[in-house]
Amino acid sequence: MLEVKNVSKSFRGLRAVRDASFTVPEGGINGLIGPNGAGKTTIFNIIAGVYAPDSGEIFFDGRKIHGLRPDQVCAAGIGRTFQIVKPFAGLSVLDNVIVGALQRSRNVPEARRFSQSILEKLNLASKRDLPASSLTLPDRKRLEVARALATRPRLLLLDEVMAGLRPTECDLMVQVFRELNRADGLTILLIEHVMRAVMALAKHIGVLHHGEVIARGTPHEVVRDAAVLECYLGEETEV
Amino acid sequence: MSRSHVALLVLLAVLLALPAFAGAYALSVATLILYFAYTGQAWNVMMGFAGQLSLGHSLYVGVGAYAAGAIFFHYGIGPWAGLWVAILLCVALGVVIGFLAFRFGISGVYFALLTIAFAEFTRIGFDHLDWVGGPGGMFLRVAQRDTWDIANFRGPPLMYYYAILALTCFAFVLCYFLLKSKAGYYWQAIRENEEAAQALGINTFRWKVYAVALSSAMTAVAGVFFAFYYNNLFPEQIFNISRSIEIILGPIIGGLGTLFGPILGAAVLTLLSDGITELLAALGWEVPGVKQVFYGVVLLVVVMFLPNGIWPALARRLKLDA
Repeated sequence: MLEVKNVSKSFRGLRAVRDASFTVPEGGINGLIGPNGAGKTTIFNIIAGVYAPDSGEIFFDGRKIHGLRPDQVCAAGIGRTFQIVKPFAGLSVLDNVIVGALQRSRNVPEARRFSQSILEKLNLASKRDLPASSLTLPDRKRLEVARALATRPRLLLLDEVMAGLRPTECDLMVQVFRELNRADGLTILLIEHVMRAVMALAKHIGVLHHGEVIARGTPHEVVRDAAVLECYLGEETEV
Repeated sequence: MSRSHVALLVLLAVLLALPAFAGAYALSVATLILYFAYTGQAWNVMMGFAGQLSLGHSLYVGVGAYAAGAIFFHYGIGPWAGLWVAILLCVALGVVIGFLAFRFGISGVYFALLTIAFAEFTRIGFDHLDWVGGPGGMFLRVAQRDTWDIANFRGPPLMYYYAILALTCFAFVLCYFLLKSKAGYYWQAIRENEEAAQALGINTFRWKVYAVALSSAMTAVAGVFFAFYYNNLFPEQIFNISRSIEIILGPIIGGLGTLFGPILGAAVLTLLSDGITELLAALGWEVPGVKQVFYGVVLLVVVMFLPNGIWPALARRLKLDA
């Protein structure tokens, strides 16, 4: 479904992503892990249209998407969350989600109904009338997900949505994503530091180090990979 | 019907009946309040809704006023035709400014500077445009003051009062529906976080240009009103940056991005500043610039104690919908 081919990107001479290639199959849940500064978020931003790659190609359902603007990537069916949450602070929780839902709704009432159902899925329904600025961090992370889901993506890019969550909250999120994947056929690509979540969720993992994909495989294969162990040695990881 | 609807209808009834018991002076103050309420609403679409700061709205007032005024002055054609020329010109200007700024990612204070720059060089341009009188100004014929000549928009002060009241009501209703529509959601999303808005599929460039176009069109109409109400136009006055500041004070003090804020802000500012001028005159003191000092003080007080403006706080107190 998503095909990243030999993508490279430099910032003022610093090569953030080098010749990265990977694919995400339809219906899959793939993880992208790696130490800080490995280039994970940069790859996400390239897929989402924030940056154009210096070289390489990205295909979504066989359609070329590199070089599109973020709103065009969203319209193509790719939703994303931000690692540093970006709520519309002055708007209510429900209105935040309605903005996303309007992407594929004919009118505001329809978008509102759809947004309600998403808030219920993410346990935010009781907070729908609060201003987004009053939410706690875990709720803001959930709001990021709700807003992205409201655009009815077929592929969802999750940028560290578990970071900062308590283990029980983390498990709850994992449940939500599994359900979305199973029931709605949502394909997911996640960047994660919280290994508990990655191991529970991802069926396939790529490991990024210094902008390069150094290993890939199932979660169990990856954690035994010598190169991966080496790059994580001395790193703080949550298990 | 909610409390808010009842309150609005009562206010409208009072405003409609006002000329029956207001003298000439009170009517002129009310007209001025509504003029600032209307221009404040127009500016609020751009800044309050879409978060794009314009400090050059005198540009649209001026171009709108001069366009309709010149057509009347030279060809004797009334403002109902000139209005459309004014709107077209201002929308074109607004779209050019928006296109330049948003295409090259100019935002925030830099965008505000660009709007000032356009207003300023248009002022200088009009100073050298002899067709509309240059710096010497353009004067529209003051016709009979006691008959309503609707076709040429000439008549007694009462006519202008009802015209600006109608404009203010129209803008209020328009903004009410806009805020509930897709446009309202998209603009507010852009105002709150442009990057997130774009990630949710909003073509932020296009929607920002729409906001500028609508705001400039509405302000152009205010310009046409200005030309036919005051009958004299000077580039030095109409394009002056202090005119732009006057437009934006009302919505900021009343409540940015709210429906009623621009109206309340205009009323508070105009009534208080006129009150102070009157008071000083009654005491026999003549203090030049007291109005500007007063604006500064009010702005300071509101920013310090009511950073969201007077209206949100007042609406809570009165249990009305903000």
